[in-house]
Amino acid sequence: MNFDLTDDHIMMKKMVRDFAEAEAGPGAEERDENEEFPMELWKKCGQLGLAGITFPEKYGGVGADYLSYSIIIEELSRVDASLGVTVSAHSSLCANPIYLFGTEEQKQKYLVPLATGEKLGAFGLTESNAGSDAKGTQTTAVREGDEYVINGSKIFITNGYYADTYVITAQMDKSKGNKGIAAFIIEKGMPGFSFGKKEKKMGIRSSATYELVFENLRIPAENLLGEEGQGFKIAMTTLDYGRIGIASQALGIAQGAYENALNYSKERVQFGKTLAEMEVIQFKLADMATEIEAARLLVYQACHMATMKRPVSKYSAMAKVYASEVANRVTTQAVQIFGGYGYTRDYPVERMMRDAKITEIYEGTSEIQRIVIAANILKEQ
Amino acid sequence: MNIVVCLKQTFDTETKISLNSDGKINEVGVTRAINPYDEFAVEEGLRLKEKFGGEVVIVSVGTEKVQESIRTALAMGADKGVLVQDPALEKADEWVVAEVLAKAISQLPYDIILAGRIAVDDQSAQVAVRVAEAMNLPSVSSILELQAEESKATATREIDGGTEIIEVPLPAVFTAQKGLNEPRYPNMMGIMKAKSKELKVMSLADLGFTEAPAPKTSEPVFSLPGSRKAGIKIQGEPADSVRELVRLLTEEAKVV
Repeated sequence: MNFDLTDDHIMMKKMVRDFAEAEAGPGAEERDENEEFPMELWKKCGQLGLAGITFPEKYGGVGADYLSYSIIIEELSRVDASLGVTVSAHSSLCANPIYLFGTEEQKQKYLVPLATGEKLGAFGLTESNAGSDAKGTQTTAVREGDEYVINGSKIFITNGYYADTYVITAQMDKSKGNKGIAAFIIEKGMPGFSFGKKEKKMGIRSSATYELVFENLRIPAENLLGEEGQGFKIAMTTLDYGRIGIASQALGIAQGAYENALNYSKERVQFGKTLAEMEVIQFKLADMATEIEAARLLVYQACHMATMKRPVSKYSAMAKVYASEVANRVTTQAVQIFGGYGYTRDYPVERMMRDAKITEIYEGTSEIQRIVIAANILKEQ
Repeated sequence: MNIVVCLKQTFDTETKISLNSDGKINEVGVTRAINPYDEFAVEEGLRLKEKFGGEVVIVSVGTEKVQESIRTALAMGADKGVLVQDPALEKADEWVVAEVLAKAISQLPYDIILAGRIAVDDQSAQVAVRVAEAMNLPSVSSILELQAEESKATATREIDGGTEIIEVPLPAVFTAQKGLNEPRYPNMMGIMKAKSKELKVMSLADLGFTEAPAPKTSEPVFSLPGSRKAGIKIQGEPADSVRELVRLLTEEAKVV
C-alpha cells in the first residue's frame, strides 16, 4: 500500500489546477448564468492532452492510468463542474466504448480524433421511457442491406449538439429485451440525425444537454459497435467505467466548496472572532474534510481496479454513490457557512450546490448504484 | 540552435514564509516552483527551438528537490536537464552559483543562454549577468522581445520610461522580463515523457572544480518585515483637515 501520488500524478494535478484556476475559473460564473458551452476551454483541454488520458498513444491518447484521469476530472470540477463533465462524458462515455468494443478501423476513424481532442464525443442511452430501465429503449434499428436505419430519440444527452461523434443504443428485437439492444457510432451532420430540445437545468448549466432525434437515419453497417444484441452490455460496461469520472467530478465539486468555505471561515468575523475560531464551524469543517478524504480513497481505489483491469463495477458504484452524496452534503454545509452570502450568486458555493445534485442522478442514480453494489456483493457470497 | 536555460527553484509565490527560531527559513510545508521569470526563459527557449531546431537544456544549481522543477521544464518540452548538486554548495551566494553555472554551461553546446531577470525569493537579479561576465559573453537584461538569427540577435529590453533595442552577436545571455511571453502548461504527453528524458546530476568534482568556490557573502540571519503601522485618519471640517494633512506631510512625513 502506498498513499503517495507519484511525481507524474503530482505534476498532472498541478498543471490541471493551474490551468483550471487561470483559464476556467474566471468565466465559470458567467458561463453558468448564460448556459454557455465551454467550447474554447474544451479545445484547450484537448491541446493539453486531457481528451484521451487513458487510451494508448497509438490511438491518439496519452497512455496514462485511471488515477491520472480521476485527478484531472477532479481538478477541472473543483473550479468548473460543467467543464469537468464535458471532458468526462467525452472520454468515459464515447471514446471508451469505442476503445473497449470497437474494431481497429473504428478506433482509427473515431477514437483517434476523439482522444486527441480534435473531435468531441457524446453518448446516447437515455430515452423518455428508458432511464434507469434500459429495457424500455424505444429507438429502433433495422438492418437494410449494408445499412442500419435508426428511428427514435434520446434525451438528456451531455455534450449533445456540440459533439461530433455519438455512441447510441437502439432496440433491434423487442422480444429479446436487453439482449435485443445494439450500439452504434453516429456522426453529427448525418442526414436524419438532428437535435431537439435543449434542457434548462438546475446545475452544470454550461454543460450542454440536448435531445437527439433520429428520423430514418441511415448509417453504414460498419458503424455497428460490437455485435447486434451486445448494446446493453456495452452500455453497462461503459457506465461502470464512466462512474469513475462522475465520482471524480463530485469529489472536485466537494473539494472546491470545502476550500471556499474554509477560506471564508478564516476571514469572516462575527461576535468578535472568525468563524474558524468557533467550534460549531470547526466541527462542520472537520466533517467536510473527513468525508472528502474518505470519498477520495474510494475513488482512487476504483481507479486502481480499472487500471489493473480488474472488475470495477462494485468499486466504481461505491465511489460514485459515496462521492456524489458527500458532494451534496459538503456543498450544502459550504452554503451554510457562508450564510446569506452563500445563497447569492456572488459566491461560487451557490453554483457548486446546484452542480452537486446531478452527480446523484446521472450515469445511474444513487438508487441504481446501490442496486449495482448489492448485486455485486450478493454474487460474491 | 542550442539553447541553455538557467533555472532556479523558488518558493511558490503563494507560500507563506515563516522563520525558525535560529533565523532560517522554515522549509516544512512550503511548496516550491520554478521561479516565474525563469518560466518565461524556458518558454522563450522552447519557442526558439520550435523555430530553429536544436536542443533546450535546463541547467540549475541546488538540492535534490530542484529535480522536480527541472522535470516540469522537461515536461514543457525541454530536452535535457543538468543539476549541479553538491553539499559544498549549501552556503553558495550569487557569485558561487554564477561560477558553477558558467562552468556547467561551458561544457554544453550553446548559442543562446536564457534566464529570468530576477528570482522572486532573494531578488538579487545578479546570477545570469555574472554568468555572462564569467563566460565573457555579451548579455542583455530584462528583455521583452527576442529576434534571433544565425549569428546575432536583436533584443528589446525594458528601461525606465521606455524600451531599448540592442543587437548582439551570438552566443549571448538574455534575461527575461514579464511580458516576454506567456509560458505554456506542460501537457499530458510532456509529463509522461519527462521522466524518460536525461537529467544529469553533477557534483563540483564532476564539473572539474578541485575545490568549492568560496562564497563572498553570507546570510547570517533572516527576519520578517515588521507589521505595518496603522495609517492616520484625519477627521473634521474639510478646511481644517486639509491644513492638518499639509502639516503632517511637511512636518511628520517630510515628503513635501
